[in-house]
Parts: sequence; C-alpha cells; structure tokens
Amino acid sequence: MTASIKQTLECPVAEGEGEHYSLRMGPQHPATHGVLRVDLELDGETIIECTPQVGYLHRGFEKLAENRTYSQALILTDRLDYIAAMANNVGYCLAVERLLAISVPRRAQYIRTIVCEMSRLASHLLWLATHALDIGAMTVFLYCFREREILLDLFEELCGARLTFSYPRIGGVRQDVTTAFVDELQRFLYIFPSKIAEYETLIDTNRIWLKRTVGVGVVSGEEALSLGLTGACLRASGVDYDLRKHQPYDAYDQVEFEVPLGSDGDIYARYRCRMEEMHQSVRIIQQCLDQLPPGPIIGPDAPDLLMPNKASARMEADSSRYGTGLIRLIRDRNCYLEGEIYVATEVPKGELGFYFISDGSSRPYRMHIRSPSFIHIGALAAIAKGEMVADLIANIGSLDVVLGESDR
Amino acid sequence: MHIIIILIEILALFALVMLHVAYATYFERKIIGHMQVRLGPMRVGWHGLLQPIADGIKSFFKEDIIPAGADRPTFVAAPIICLVAMLTSLAVLPFAKGWVLADIDIGLLFIFAMSSLASYGVVLAGWASNSKFSFLGGLRSMAQVISYEIAMGLSLVGVMLLSGSLNLSRIVEAQGDSILGMYLLPQCLGFFVFFISMLAETNRVPFDLPEAETELVSGYCTEYSGMRYAIFFMAEYIGMMVMASIGTICFLGGWNGPFAVPFFPPLWFVLKVYLFLFLFIWIRATLPRYRYDQLMDLGWKLLIPLALVNLVLTACLKAMIG
Repeated sequence: MTASIKQTLECPVAEGEGEHYSLRMGPQHPATHGVLRVDLELDGETIIECTPQVGYLHRGFEKLAENRTYSQALILTDRLDYIAAMANNVGYCLAVERLLAISVPRRAQYIRTIVCEMSRLASHLLWLATHALDIGAMTVFLYCFREREILLDLFEELCGARLTFSYPRIGGVRQDVTTAFVDELQRFLYIFPSKIAEYETLIDTNRIWLKRTVGVGVVSGEEALSLGLTGACLRASGVDYDLRKHQPYDAYDQVEFEVPLGSDGDIYARYRCRMEEMHQSVRIIQQCLDQLPPGPIIGPDAPDLLMPNKASARMEADSSRYGTGLIRLIRDRNCYLEGEIYVATEVPKGELGFYFISDGSSRPYRMHIRSPSFIHIGALAAIAKGEMVADLIANIGSLDVVLGESDR
Repeated sequence: MHIIIILIEILALFALVMLHVAYATYFERKIIGHMQVRLGPMRVGWHGLLQPIADGIKSFFKEDIIPAGADRPTFVAAPIICLVAMLTSLAVLPFAKGWVLADIDIGLLFIFAMSSLASYGVVLAGWASNSKFSFLGGLRSMAQVISYEIAMGLSLVGVMLLSGSLNLSRIVEAQGDSILGMYLLPQCLGFFVFFISMLAETNRVPFDLPEAETELVSGYCTEYSGMRYAIFFMAEYIGMMVMASIGTICFLGGWNGPFAVPFFPPLWFVLKVYLFLFLFIWIRATLPRYRYDQLMDLGWKLLIPLALVNLVLTACLKAMIG
C-alpha cells in the first residue's frame, strides 16, 4: 500500500501533459451509423488519436460476384449502400454495359436518371435526419422520414421494392414507369422544396447548430483531394468535381443543373452543399419528367435475365433444353469481351466505381468496388484529430458513411 | 397528533408528485409526438393514457443488473441520493398561502443545497458504473452543475434583494405590489439567466450532455436498468418540477393570479408550473445539443457576467428607491 502511494507521489507529471485513456466507440453505439468501431485515445474529451475500424459488415461481395453471371451479381449491389440502392444498381449496370458494349435506349436512360436522383433525395434525407439527430435536433429526424416515406412509396409503385430494388437492368430498366408513378412523383416534386425550407427553419440559422458545425471538421480542398474524398464532402471544400457534370452518363448531359460548391470545408459547408444538391435533384427530376421520350426500355442486345418482358419466352425455350428457366441463366456461357474497365458514377455518398476484369466468360474474373464510404471513413482519423468527442459524432454524420458500402 | 397530520400531508404530496411525474412523461411523449408529426403513445388505454403505469410496472419487474466491475454500494446508493435530494426539496415549496410542509426561513438556500446534492448522485453513478461512457457522463455533469449552480444562485440574488427574504412564501408575498404581481419585469435579466441555468441544472436539452445518447450512449445511467434507471428518471422529472416551482415562486408571482380561486388556492401556481414544464418539452423538441466546451463558455462567459450585472443593477435600484 505504502509502496503504491510512494510510487504515485514520485511519478513525475510533466507540465501541461494530462493522462490519456482509450475509449472504444462502437461497433454497437447509437451514433456510429451501423457497425463502425472507432478506437479513441482521449485526453479528457479531446481526441488525441482516432482509429476507425471497419469490417463488421463484411459479406464478401467482390468475391461472391466472381461466381455469378453479370446479370446475377446485380442484386449484390443493392446491399452496398442500402439507403440509395438504386444509384448502386445504375452504377453497376453502367459499368457492365461499358464492358460488354451494350447500348441503352433513351427512355431507359431518362428513367435511370430519375431513379438515381430520387435515391439521392432519399439518401440525403436520411443523412440529414441522422446528422441532425446526432447533434441533438430530434424533430428534423422525423420530418425527414415523413418525406422519405413518400419516396419509398414511389419506389414501391415503380418496382415493388422499397429498399433493395434491382430495378435497373444491364441494357435498360426492368419495367416502364406507370402514369400513376409519374403523377405521384410530380406531386412530390411540387411539395418538396417547401419541405426543405421547413427543415432549414429548424436548423439553418439555429445558433446552437451553427456553433456545432461552423469551423468544425475543417478539410481544405487539397487535403480533401489527398484524402480521396468525393461527393459533397469534396465539393464543400471548394473542389468542383461532379461526375454527373464532368463525365456525364445516362441523361445527365441532357438536363441543366448546377453543382453546388462550398468553400470552408467544415461540417456546415457539407450540410449546405447537400441541402443545395437536394434542390438540384428536384430540378433534374423535373426536367427528366418533362423530356421523357417514348420508346423501348431495354436494348435489343441486353443479356438474358429480363423479367418480366422476356421471362416467359425464355422459360419455355430453356425448359425444353434444361428443364427450368433459371438453369439456363446460370449456365449462360456466352463469350463476352476480354479486358478490364473502371466506370465511376456519382452516387449520393460520392464516387462509386466498379472495376471489372473480364476473361471472356459470363462472370467477372475480378470485381472491385471503389466505395466512397470506405475512403471517407479512412479520412475520419485525419479530420477528427484534436477535436472533441461530440465533434467526432458530428463528423461521422457529416461524412455520410454507410457501413454496408464500406465493408462490402 | 401533529406528527400524524404532517405524515399524511407528506404522503399526499408524495403521491401527487409521483402521479405528476408519471403523467409528465406521458405528456412529454404526447407533446413531442404531435410536434413531430406522429401520435405518441396510443396503445395502452385510451390514447395511451395508461402508458406511464405500464412503464412503471415494466421497470419494476425488470431484472436488476449490477455490472460485475461496478462499485456495488455506490452503484446502489447513487439513484437513491438523487431521488431523496429531489424529494426533500419539495418540502419547502409553498403551493399556496400556507400550503407548505416546512415554512423555513432559508427555503431558497435549502433548495440549492438539495439540487447540488442530487448532482452527487449523478457523479457517483458515473464513477461507480465502471464504464467509460458513464464516467464521461459523470464528469460532464460535475462540470456542468458547478458552473451553472453559480449562475443560477447569482440570478436569484436579485430576487432576494428585492424581496429581502430567503423564505419562499415571503418572496411570493413581496411580489404582490410589483408590476403584474411578479418579478418577471424588474428581474428580466435575472429570469433569462435563471431559465437557461434551469435547463442546464436539470440536464435537459440543449444541455443534456451528461446523458447525450448519441455521444455517450446514455451517459451516467448507461449501466443502469430496471427500477434503478426509473429512479434516475423520476429524480430528473421531480428536478424539473422543483426548478419550475422555483421559477414560478421567484419570478412569476407564485400562487398569485389575476383573480383568487377560493376552492383551489394553488391553481395559479400549478398552471404556471405546467407552463414551465411545457417550455421544457417544447425546447427539447426544437433545439440541438451544445458541445461540452461551448456549454462552459456560455456558463462562465455569458451567464455569470449577466447575473452579476443584474445583481449590481438591482442593488442600485433598491438603494435609489429604498
């Protein structure tokens, strides 16, 4: 006893140097958005060292894709960023189309642009909801879910699913839009800007919100580039980089929209950027609806697995050869082009890239996914260092990460 | 005989306050629910009216878990300290003229003492749980209570100066001849400081840092469950009511109203307390949460100087008039 007291007394404590301790935040924690674990080294409440740990939601999608035909691997992409599954589907389809040199009809391109932007709205709404909840503004959470519900209902009207859609197909989309869908969407577009204003009245000029977000989690443009940030996180730092504008795909070159840019690179700038993006999304969807051309929704050279258009005919032909329809799809041994390709799209979280190596079979030899969430989580260590625990939570929210996408 | 009457009074007050606590949670959930475009509790009873009772029964029969590494005696004592301190401060509150259990001359100081004592419960709970989240919650609570207790105390010194008493009943009576029969206008600065400190003192939004669920899971009560958690909960709500009562007594003229209600004298008092409770809930539905250091800044750099300014102004006023 005396020895330990003596030890304590003799232990030299340098001037201005506190005692550090470690805190493991997550994987089960209310504010880590799923199963992110952050190992913190704290001095009081100031973060000395922050080490994000990922992998709790790893399901091996990249490996699983190697055992599936290109058409079948589509459903895996639903489960990447499950908040905006439609955007992943489109990204995947675009990559495969580019690899296999398949054309997409114009109507399908417009429909894809619409659903992409709808999923951007759905994703940004969920981001705003949880981000505000993390900072303590509880009511915004439920307001956002009210509008997100309309979007999910619209998706259900479109393809029958609310979360994991698998709606876009390689070479087009699965079903055509109905008039009911178009009418409902139009109604939603009409009311939505006023709803954005409603969220903004609650937090935009709120002094506490400003105190928590302005000047916190600052990333300069250069830093953001070197950390590999994309999407709104990069644009909030003033770097003009939006794949929809600079490498247009689908119908993005046919519509007019602005790329909202921030300058400060703090949490508030990221917040403003995403809020502006929602306005732009509404603009894009409106233009797509107005311009929506008639015509087929799937290209003539699309690979098999088209439901329900070709399904019945396919089943008949296959059953005479193999017994059932699905077997035909799995045994699809068409020779595709050999080579490799990287195709990136602008999903709500940032730049989602699919990298394929094809050996000429019907399955990818290798599929790699460049997921924005994974890279953003990596940036967390640099951003959160030296700030407080409460800021870490705000930063995680503002980087808008989804663990399903990060861990794949 | 006198003792028996006092005991009955205590029991009646206790029962009433407990009923209020139960239904304060119900109204909080209902009001926030309607503010957030949902309905709140609807299942148990008509419009969920029996929900608080169901909650009470549920937490009473839940398994009582004490973590293996916890400091058992302290862990058990912490919620009790909170509840006892809060209940004790009820004794000196005058609900109407003569409707007070203990009409002592240092009522206001007594309330301060008790609310500081309650924060020991929170700090000890954080310490005894042997969990880092609880520990951080306890630390935050300690810092918060120390800084805001000062601001709150100073904000009420103005009231003491004007009324010339620490006895709560006499403070109410002294307000009779001021504007509107309350100190709200002459002490508007003091009321502002008091109101903000009151939110901080009761760990309510936007100062709910000790139990910030998105940061510290549940703060100091992370490791508590069942009845022990419910006791913390009760203590928080009684704390809200005590603070609302102090606000009513010191700034809103206590039981005095535009006209006297002969059959139920505490009517105005109760209504004013309900108004405060509604404000608590309204603020919770609206505002985000402060950060720890910003909370300290606000307390030390804004509220305490403001309270001091108010003190000086009040003293000058009193000297000039008196």
